[in-house]
Amino acid sequence: MAAIIVISIGVLFNLFGCIGLLRLPDVYNRLQAATKCVTLGCCSILLGVFLHNGISAAGIKAIIAIPLLFFSATVAAHALVRGTYHFGVKMSDRSIKDDYKDAVK
Amino acid sequence: MNTWLEILLYIQIALSGLCLYRIIMGPTIPDRMVAIDIFGILVVGICAIISVQTGKSFILDIGIAWIILSFIGTLTLAKYLSGKKLNQ
Amino acid sequence: MRYLTFFILGLVFWLLLTFRISLPNVIVGSAASLICTLIFARYFFENTGKLINPRRWFWFLVYLAVFIWSCIKANFDVAYRVLHPRMPIKPGIVKVRTTLKSEFARMLLANSITMTPGTLTVDIIGDDFYIHWIFIRSQDPEIYTRMITGVFEKYIKNFVE
Repeated sequence: MAAIIVISIGVLFNLFGCIGLLRLPDVYNRLQAATKCVTLGCCSILLGVFLHNGISAAGIKAIIAIPLLFFSATVAAHALVRGTYHFGVKMSDRSIKDDYKDAVK
Repeated sequence: MNTWLEILLYIQIALSGLCLYRIIMGPTIPDRMVAIDIFGILVVGICAIISVQTGKSFILDIGIAWIILSFIGTLTLAKYLSGKKLNQ
Repeated sequence: MRYLTFFILGLVFWLLLTFRISLPNVIVGSAASLICTLIFARYFFENTGKLINPRRWFWFLVYLAVFIWSCIKANFDVAYRVLHPRMPIKPGIVKVRTTLKSEFARMLLANSITMTPGTLTVDIIGDDFYIHWIFIRSQDPEIYTRMITGVFEKYIKNFVE
């Protein structure tokens, strides 16, 4: 029963992340909202799989997948946001500060 | 319990559909790449839910392989975006 | 020493992933982790004695608890900003100076910053982190440095350096 609750919470977090991907104004904000919410949502689903199976082949695989997913998602987010800035996408007109512009030149 | 899992599975597939909207309509190229990255993470969640539903553990292996492959693909795309060669 | 540690870690990872102890399985796992050791072990930690120090593990567990709590907080923060009809965002990129020295500690700090409420690391140049912040709360460098890095820097310094 606890497994089903944890999996439902994970799907709810995924829903927030995808709404953020659709609604926010520019690519930096979209990346930020989507990475946070979807990564924690999928980690939560995998934790639910562990709670459902206990310590067995499937449960241990789910536990191993959690740190793997975590590090790969955050490092991919750093690489994507840096590549996006060097590609030359402007920040949205609601942004108020940009210290990185001087450092790149 | 099984019906509720099926509903959750369909919700997760619909969320991947939202990502597909951003991949097709994204105004710039980096938008599409972000959506592809998020799509890869959502597929891992789909694999996990299917493995609970059917009770087979090899589907989680597909999920782990998918994490690593999508990570390498995203790094390659990001390197291409910042205008470098692949071995730099 | 570091080759041996890496080999044992790789073998344990393989046995957990297959979850079956039999002779053919152990032989195949040893071969696979030997190949990985020969290729990748030169990028591993210099000082492997740090791995068996109980005081570091204690601080690591404290760090993990703080980190998971701030992850959950970050999710509700994003949900509030996304579901609000007018979307209260004020984004920008700020510069933050760090005192951590080793590469591994900086990588952990960058990952922690990415998962905490509203911040995302863009780049590291020298000692400076460039951070995209979704809602800039103050314009004063002293205050925002303490708000972004202050919590994690102290714990990471305790268990890595």
